[in-house]
Amino acid sequence: MPAPVLALQDVSKRFGPIEVLHGISLTLCSGEVHALIGENGAGKSTTMKILAGYQPASEGVILLDGKPVTFDSLRDGEEAGIVMIHQEFNLAEQLTVEQNIFLGRELKKGWLLDKSEMRRLTVSYLKRVECSVDPDALVSALSNSEKQMVEIAKALSRDARVLIMDEPTAVLTNRERKVLFEQVSALRATGTAILFTSHKLDEVAEVSDQVTVMRDGAVVYSGPSAEIDEDGMATTMVGRDVSDLYPPKPGVPSEAETVLSVKGLTVPGFAEGLSFDLKQGEILGIGGLIGAGRTEAMEGLCGLRAASVESVTLFGEPVQLKTPGDAQRRGLCYLTEDRKLRGLVLDWGMRENLTLQTLFKFGSFMIDTRAEDAALSHAITEFDIRAGSRSVRVGNLSGGNQQKLLLAKVMLSEPRILIVDEPTRGIDIGTKQQIYVFLRKLAAQGHAIIMITSEMPELIGLADRIMVMRLGQFAGSLVGPEISEDSIVRLSMGLEATSSNTAAVPPLAQDRFS
Amino acid sequence: MAVIGPVLALIVLVAIGAMMNSNFLSAANITNVLARSAFIGIIAVGMTFVITSGGLDLSVGSMAAFIAGLMILVMNAALPSLGVGIPIILLGMVVALIAGIAAGLLNGFLITSLGIEAFIVTLGSMGIYRSLVTWLADGGTLSLDFSLRTFYRPVYFDGILGVSWPIIVFALVVIIGQIIMSRSVFGRHCAATGSNEHVAHYSNVNVNRTRLITYAALGMLVGIATIMYVPRLGSASSSTGDLWELEAIAAVIIGGTVLKGGFGRVWGTVIGVLILSLIDNILNLTDFVSPYLNGAIQGVIIILAVILQRESKAANR
Repeated sequence: MPAPVLALQDVSKRFGPIEVLHGISLTLCSGEVHALIGENGAGKSTTMKILAGYQPASEGVILLDGKPVTFDSLRDGEEAGIVMIHQEFNLAEQLTVEQNIFLGRELKKGWLLDKSEMRRLTVSYLKRVECSVDPDALVSALSNSEKQMVEIAKALSRDARVLIMDEPTAVLTNRERKVLFEQVSALRATGTAILFTSHKLDEVAEVSDQVTVMRDGAVVYSGPSAEIDEDGMATTMVGRDVSDLYPPKPGVPSEAETVLSVKGLTVPGFAEGLSFDLKQGEILGIGGLIGAGRTEAMEGLCGLRAASVESVTLFGEPVQLKTPGDAQRRGLCYLTEDRKLRGLVLDWGMRENLTLQTLFKFGSFMIDTRAEDAALSHAITEFDIRAGSRSVRVGNLSGGNQQKLLLAKVMLSEPRILIVDEPTRGIDIGTKQQIYVFLRKLAAQGHAIIMITSEMPELIGLADRIMVMRLGQFAGSLVGPEISEDSIVRLSMGLEATSSNTAAVPPLAQDRFS
Repeated sequence: MAVIGPVLALIVLVAIGAMMNSNFLSAANITNVLARSAFIGIIAVGMTFVITSGGLDLSVGSMAAFIAGLMILVMNAALPSLGVGIPIILLGMVVALIAGIAAGLLNGFLITSLGIEAFIVTLGSMGIYRSLVTWLADGGTLSLDFSLRTFYRPVYFDGILGVSWPIIVFALVVIIGQIIMSRSVFGRHCAATGSNEHVAHYSNVNVNRTRLITYAALGMLVGIATIMYVPRLGSASSSTGDLWELEAIAAVIIGGTVLKGGFGRVWGTVIGVLILSLIDNILNLTDFVSPYLNGAIQGVIIILAVILQRESKAANR
């Protein structure tokens, strides 16, 4: 019987008058991997922050080795051997990988830094997580997945008794994910208690020993992972059946008008000579590996970054799109993949965020705030944005509600062609379903949609046609029955879409896809 | 606290002043304080926009000195042909406005198009303008011709209904600035740019143009302030406008605008300017504390203001 290390008993948390956690009980045992799942806004992050000592509980008891404790600060938590890895990394961008790993606990020889020992250990930690970054590289130069691996290396260096990870795999490729879970298994074997959250139910089923499901600030299920399957998890999380995640595809009639025709789109360093057409009512999916140049190509098309193009024809008219404003005026809009850094001003309220892109509609010089308020009311209803109050700071909204607000913001410009980039990244399954339904409805109304996504089921489930990008070029196009996970993976790995021998796909190819 | 803090501080200062000297609330003293505040105040309104958009301008003090010197040179040179009269004053004013806008545009161009840090660019231009005015004055003082000075004087000393021109212009600049900042599309774009320039860019806000306009507007306001300042003394030297940039920045920060950008309020800046001038005025009127400690007290106020801002921000989270 594994021993309980850290536990919450009837813990509640209030922010002002609003109670966000209602009597949570949760037990982490040594040598066990515990998954915490739930929709965005269910209270997972708050629960984890209380466990790690980032925030105090309003009521209830935290038990460490069976004894009640209070963490007055982060340091108390760390001294008790609890390490938390945040979704937004906690790394100093202008320091090197090695300096970050030892930040605050630098090894010393006398009163000087013991650089050679720190280097030796850094190399060994990085090797354990199979991360090939240079210990001298600046963290600001690393990709998100590399930063995640550095965070994990840092956690390894602290010999944590309890490791808490907030959505560790959200930015990882499948191979990195595998490495991460190997490390998790190794830590479990040494008796570390591990808690992680994830929106990927397959990995929860695969990796965890215990699973706790939260909904609306309360625990609705807690038990061994073996006793609940993925469907059961999804249904428990959402509180309703989500088997019809994707709306039916009506198909695009062959006589549908071509609304967008791009020839020879080149974004220096990212994409070269891309040509494609888009039809009215169509959802065109763009698949490919992270780094294949998908985002950059679409940003180049919309004038968001430097690009050259032979010709762009929009609704039968040749156009030049030099700035994002040109694109917007002609009915082409891009919804960014990064809602926190590029999509929304987190310090602002919802009203100002909603109208930022289309302020000209709310007055040529002075802003008509009443019209803005009306637009917000409309958006809240139409997109089912659930915020406690209208004046809430957008940074305090859950990821799903932020994404809905971002969608509402882009839709205010009434695009006829919408490019969505990772439209459901890091959001819960219920909101995902709402967004899928919305996109399909938009297409049915005669709009056209380009969807970049790294989630295979989403690509297959929603797109009428799929183009796969590889190394800055289109590797191939798939329609109707040709669409399959296998063919997409093959194209993104530089193979033909179909093969008489499906076993020819190297295992690596399956693995790298993310 | 961030909202009422500066207002409370101002009220406390007025109360202290009234208790210590009976002349403090006299019309003459109030006019004096406001008129002296006007120069820094007009510039600080422009600075509010620059800082809100995530920028900074250290060059405004020496820019004012340079514009004053240029104005005096041009007016003296035009005196033989134009004679004393309204045309030559208008010429001086146009020169000041054009020079201000051009200097602001130059700062803005270097910052936005070449992507050099605002601190560096304006540190450089601060040195350039200061040096240019010293060179123009040959190390001494540039003086407006006596006849012109007499004719131009009323622009500082006269006014309407006993309110002097600098105060009227200051009030107009504040009202227009406040409306633009809080109610206009441009003001919202400034705040968006300062909050997160990536979000602004992806929301089709022309980030570079927004910033460029704030620097040009600040340059223009420096020109306007100089137009009001020259008739006061009728001269310019290497010490004209000394440390104005720091007073303007301090006023903006005391008023509750966030130094790293994203949030600004013009009326707060006015409070900031008044607090700084009142401290100076009170120390001069009373012998309780030496006026030489003016800078120290202002320094304490600036640091306190930022601490208050931070506390209220933490409470909001």
